[in-house]
Amino acid sequence: MTTPVSISSLVKTFGSTRALDGLHLEVAEGEVHGFLGPNGAGKTTTLRVLLGLLRADSGTVRLLGGDPWHDAVALHRRLAYVPGDVTLWPNLSGGEVIDMLGRMRGGMNPKRRAELIERFNLDPTKKGRSYSKGNRQKVALVAGLASDVELLLLDEPTSGLDPLMEAVFRDTLLEERQKGRTILLSSHILSEVEALCHRVTIIRSGRTVETGTLTELRHLRRTSIDATLATPPQGLDGLPGVHDLSVDGTRVRVQVDNAHLDEVLRALTTVGVRSLVSQPPSLEELFLRHYGTEPTVDERGQTETEALPR
Amino acid sequence: MSNHLTGTWALLKLALRRDRIMLPAWLAVLVAMAAGSAAATIPLYPTLAERIKASETINTTPPVVALNGLIYDESSIGAIAMVKLSGIGAILVAILAIILVVRHTRSEEDTGRLELVGSTVIGRHAALTAALIIGFGTNVVLGILTTLGLIAAGLPVAGSVAFGLGWMSVGFAFAAIAAAAAQVAGNGRAANSLAITLLGVTYVARAIGDTAGPRWLSWLSPVGWQQQLRPFAGERWSALLVSLAFTAVAVAGTYALAARRDLGAGLLPDRPGRARGAAFLGSPLGLVWRLQRAGLAAWAIGFLLLGLVLGNIASKVGNLLDNPDLQDIILRLGGEKGITDAFLAAEFGLASIIVSVYGVQSIMRLRSEEANTRAEPLLATGISRLGWAGSQVAMALFGTTILMFATGLGAGLAHGLALGDVGGELGRVLGAALAQLPAIWVLVGAVVALYGLVPRQVVLGWVVLLAFFLLGEMGPVLKLNQWVMDISPYAHSPKLPGPTLDYGPIFALVAVAAVLTAVGLVSFRRRDIVA
Ligand SMILES: Nc1ncnc2c1ncn2[C@@H]1O[C@H](COP(=O)(O)OP(=O)(O)O)[C@@H](O)[C@H]1O
Ligand SMILES: [Mg+2]
Repeated sequence: MTTPVSISSLVKTFGSTRALDGLHLEVAEGEVHGFLGPNGAGKTTTLRVLLGLLRADSGTVRLLGGDPWHDAVALHRRLAYVPGDVTLWPNLSGGEVIDMLGRMRGGMNPKRRAELIERFNLDPTKKGRSYSKGNRQKVALVAGLASDVELLLLDEPTSGLDPLMEAVFRDTLLEERQKGRTILLSSHILSEVEALCHRVTIIRSGRTVETGTLTELRHLRRTSIDATLATPPQGLDGLPGVHDLSVDGTRVRVQVDNAHLDEVLRALTTVGVRSLVSQPPSLEELFLRHYGTEPTVDERGQTETEALPR
Repeated sequence: MSNHLTGTWALLKLALRRDRIMLPAWLAVLVAMAAGSAAATIPLYPTLAERIKASETINTTPPVVALNGLIYDESSIGAIAMVKLSGIGAILVAILAIILVVRHTRSEEDTGRLELVGSTVIGRHAALTAALIIGFGTNVVLGILTTLGLIAAGLPVAGSVAFGLGWMSVGFAFAAIAAAAAQVAGNGRAANSLAITLLGVTYVARAIGDTAGPRWLSWLSPVGWQQQLRPFAGERWSALLVSLAFTAVAVAGTYALAARRDLGAGLLPDRPGRARGAAFLGSPLGLVWRLQRAGLAAWAIGFLLLGLVLGNIASKVGNLLDNPDLQDIILRLGGEKGITDAFLAAEFGLASIIVSVYGVQSIMRLRSEEANTRAEPLLATGISRLGWAGSQVAMALFGTTILMFATGLGAGLAHGLALGDVGGELGRVLGAALAQLPAIWVLVGAVVALYGLVPRQVVLGWVVLLAFFLLGEMGPVLKLNQWVMDISPYAHSPKLPGPTLDYGPIFALVAVAAVLTAVGLVSFRRRDIVA
């Protein structure tokens, strides 16, 4: 069994811009893989290399067991791609575009096509120029999802969809997930990735900074605790894994590395807990910590381990 | 109204920034052409007798009159020097105005850029107003510089002012026409086509009016109004009022149209399309056909009509030749039939330039499809790059063939009917039209090569076409070396119909076209797809 997508040390430059700078990405068969990064991180560039639209400067890229540059045409029949910014032909109707892309890919499932058009509430007789951005996106989604292919490559597919349609998209993708379809989903909408993906790769400035299952990533992250204690606490700031501690009388707010939750909770319970609210780290927080302007861990002199290869 | 114009200034600055190279370059070429021909022509005809002889020769050669116009004062060196520039030159002025205005209105809407700025602080008429200011402003500058250039070249002041104003008025009229077309048409390309079609139709009307008549046909054309200003031939300033009045009415009409439509939409409402794709719409060739067949059909009808007109004029050319000075030229060309053939050959040469415009823009679609990311989802399917690009190349070759065929068919039919010998003339004239194709294909090949090698610079294709065209038109006037003029593929097109046919140049042109196309396609296969 081959790995559907396997990229290592991928470098792609545009003039002086290093769009991809040693990127790693593995997508296993039957997996929904979230591909996260802020704007300009290199997600679209990575997908374009995978599609053989761009030629890698260096590194190895394997797609469905083949070379995406040399075997492009044969490989493309086994996958469907939904671009992030869909432009349609002004005087082709949505239905015509869907059928055309399906045929060029080597066929689509007509039942599934009809069902998706229904679910996404798309009018297939409208011309390209009269579709809104969200509707153009739907055309590309229907064309991609209605094809019986091994691999789906989706580049920020929900941009422009309203919340209702986003929910339809999630349901549809969850069904695909059930069927065991391999999906690479590029996104910057974290809740979407949290809801859909088995594993996640986070990139920044063309490099992979994290990869793993959501549980694995959470394990490496912090939990925020807001507790009211029986008496003011002592010596909390001496404990390992404690960040941003603020004590206001008996009220304690603190961020704790998940690896050190035990020690901190023990310290709290010895004082006596009257109320406690703890929040799991959302992907937003993971994201902010990597891409926000917070000082890095090293500068703070903490011993926290960074997840996975830098 | 005033808040409809909010942001005009910002858009104007943006547009001028985008055009900071193209605009000065166009202006420089036009002014240099005008001043250059004036300076080159003045020393040619020092005496009155020579001028009159030259003018009479031109005025009694219908092909030349059809192409450029009449000399209204046979003794005036200015009128002789500028006749070509008031014809072909004015066409270039009109095309500049059209491209400018459409580029900053309709084409901007197509890319969605206007939507982007439109949603912020830009009033609904701001883009239109900015484009018109640029269109009119450019032509004011052009008029002033041209006037100064002609005076500097040694022509009389009054005539130079009239000529400068004349070019300006042509630019004004077509800026306004383009602005109206941008409201009516569904997209930028259609707006360009519509305005240029209008330019072509009115120019042909003028050509007929100046040769076969009736004369009033010449008054249907903005280029005709400009010629009726009669620079260097007893200026008739009132003709300027016709142009300006037309421009004012067209601008007012344009704003009325603009107020009535939505951003991104044409005036004509969209009919619903098909819910399913036709079976042929599953290959790149099918797509190209589906998208471009209507446009090609419209072009073909236009060229068929052009051919009919040309064939009709051609059959009258012989009768109109009563100038004794031309007798020996006529004899050398093979008598009356020879002069008719020479006329048709010259007009087919001109038609081949216009058909090249179709070929060049057809290949440039590859770039716009790539740049606006419509190519991307197609190339992500089982379509090979060669299949995708090759389909458009095939369409360009097929389309140019159809258009020359339509021209030849029209000319052959009209000419044959007039002579009462359709069977004898049709094949001959049709063949002559088709013989222009190899030179056109060299242009097509050149743009394919540009597309493969330097995709972002593919607009250079227009520069190449313009340069080849000017080499042929202005080369003899400017007394360029023959080898310089021979760079143009059009210089090697067979002059048909005519007595001899040399296959050598035809094969050479086809070979060059094939090599250029192959270079372009191979380079395209090896490069990145870039937005
Ligand atoms: N064709 C190109 N030419 C130059 N720079 C590019 C090109 N395509 C992408 N880039 C640059 O590469 C970087 C990555 O872009 P992209 O892959 O589009 O990011 P993402 O999809 O994650 O938002 C950006 O800095 C972008 O400006
Ligand atoms: Mg992107």
